[in-house]
Amino acid sequence: METIHLTCIRCPRGCQIDAVVDGGQVVSITGNSCKRGEVYAQAEATNPVRVVTSSVPVVGSAMHHMVSVKTAGDVPKSKVFDVVASLKGVTVTAPVAIGDVVVSDAAGTGVDIIATRSA
Amino acid sequence: MTVNYDIVVIGGGPAGLAAAIAARDAGCASILVIERDRELGGILNQCIHNGFGLITFDEELTGPEYAARFEKLALEGGIDFMLDTMVIDVSSDKLVTAVSQAEGMQFIQAKAIVLAMGCRERPRGALNIPGYRPAGIYSAGTAQRLVNIEGFMPGREVVILGSGDIGLIMARRMTFEGAHVACVAELMPYSGGLKRNIVQCLDDFGIPLLLSHTVVRIEGQKRVEAVVIAEVDGHGKPIPGTEVTYPCDTLLLSVGLIPENELSLTAGVELSPVTRGPVVNEVLETKVDGIFAAGNVLHVHDLVDYVSQEAAVAGRNAAAYVAGSLEENGVSVPVTATDGVRYTVPQSIDPERMPDELTVRFRVGNVYENRYVSVYLDGDRIYHRKRMIMAPGEMEQVVLKKAELLAHPGLASITFKLEEA
Repeated sequence: METIHLTCIRCPRGCQIDAVVDGGQVVSITGNSCKRGEVYAQAEATNPVRVVTSSVPVVGSAMHHMVSVKTAGDVPKSKVFDVVASLKGVTVTAPVAIGDVVVSDAAGTGVDIIATRSA
Repeated sequence: MTVNYDIVVIGGGPAGLAAAIAARDAGCASILVIERDRELGGILNQCIHNGFGLITFDEELTGPEYAARFEKLALEGGIDFMLDTMVIDVSSDKLVTAVSQAEGMQFIQAKAIVLAMGCRERPRGALNIPGYRPAGIYSAGTAQRLVNIEGFMPGREVVILGSGDIGLIMARRMTFEGAHVACVAELMPYSGGLKRNIVQCLDDFGIPLLLSHTVVRIEGQKRVEAVVIAEVDGHGKPIPGTEVTYPCDTLLLSVGLIPENELSLTAGVELSPVTRGPVVNEVLETKVDGIFAAGNVLHVHDLVDYVSQEAAVAGRNAAAYVAGSLEENGVSVPVTATDGVRYTVPQSIDPERMPDELTVRFRVGNVYENRYVSVYLDGDRIYHRKRMIMAPGEMEQVVLKKAELLAHPGLASITFKLEEA
């Protein structure tokens, strides 16, 4: 049995959560104020995940040099730097719309990187 | 030539957009938003990280996505925009003077104004750090703009002074772009940013947060070569002998945000020495008739969702003012902040005119554990709720009910304070 102390990152409240792990299984979660915290603690204690955000150069846009991007969902925390590396050298061409796929299946995570602004 | 609008909103960031949308939806048909940038959205455009919109949209959006949603609503019609246009003066009779390269000087007469100019970062000059003025010292927000909007990296070996949220966010951002962030030094014994940003921006990357530490010297004449960091005592004074030199080429400053109220002052708006924003009543109207304020120009927020909520209130009330339905009762009960509560917004309430539920936002002056937030109507305690932890970096709020205030005829004072168990 091991108790992991966590600060929830799902909202600004930052609940202090204790997750008790036994044999790789989370057996209890306390301190969270909502369901999001439970989901976060469950993942954080076993397989932590993050959303990665960055920006890439855009060509052909009158207004913008860069387009901001994010992973379309959570990726394993251990893969964050691989996901960041998958953006190296990537440029996009205007027009770009929010939600356009910039990199598909980033670093083998099965998660796409998508544009978060239009240009 | 002077053009006329019912409502002029100064600033097209999250506050300005929410105010304009709410005013339109409340029935005002003559609204102008003036924005100095070439695009709407304000600072959200460079805040490319996620975590916005959990309250408004029940999902975690990035800044540009949050801005785009409000921009879309604003562009649905009924609101005019002037972009790339800088307001240089607002008079107390609500004449707005603006300049732009395309149109030159323009005069706009408003019936009501919503101030939504946001805030700016406290600069190095406010800190009295000895040393030369080498290249490589940036406010965290400037670095954020360079990296995310312009596509430039300000440096490779980075020290960050101040643990405000932008500094924490930039610690992670610079790390993603290949820089090494040696540490974040914070003068206070607690972080100025949100707890979640300590976790996901520093802890995730092993970046140390040095509480009760500050930069005592910047070395380098043409370019930053190193900064010297020392521990400070309980009065914020550096402790001799604790200095550590960090070789670096970049120092980022995340040492506070200041509401940008130059225009409010030209209009004769009274400012609070604590928030550095306008003093407002329960309809978010300043001491100047028909001039309202919301968002970071009113008081610095942690969360854009609350900026949007607050600005919508200001926009609706500006529309009601123009329509003549914002009746004045001449009653204004002062809200006093004391015993650990630094300020409240609003600073006064008319119980007759307030909505059925009114959100009062406030900040505390220190880190407090297991204290009660109490609200007194004169001597009568009507709210007494325990908070596990409160910190200056995290805004608090209490919802006051109109019925409770009306149950105290002749109410003279409303007091917000912290109490021990």
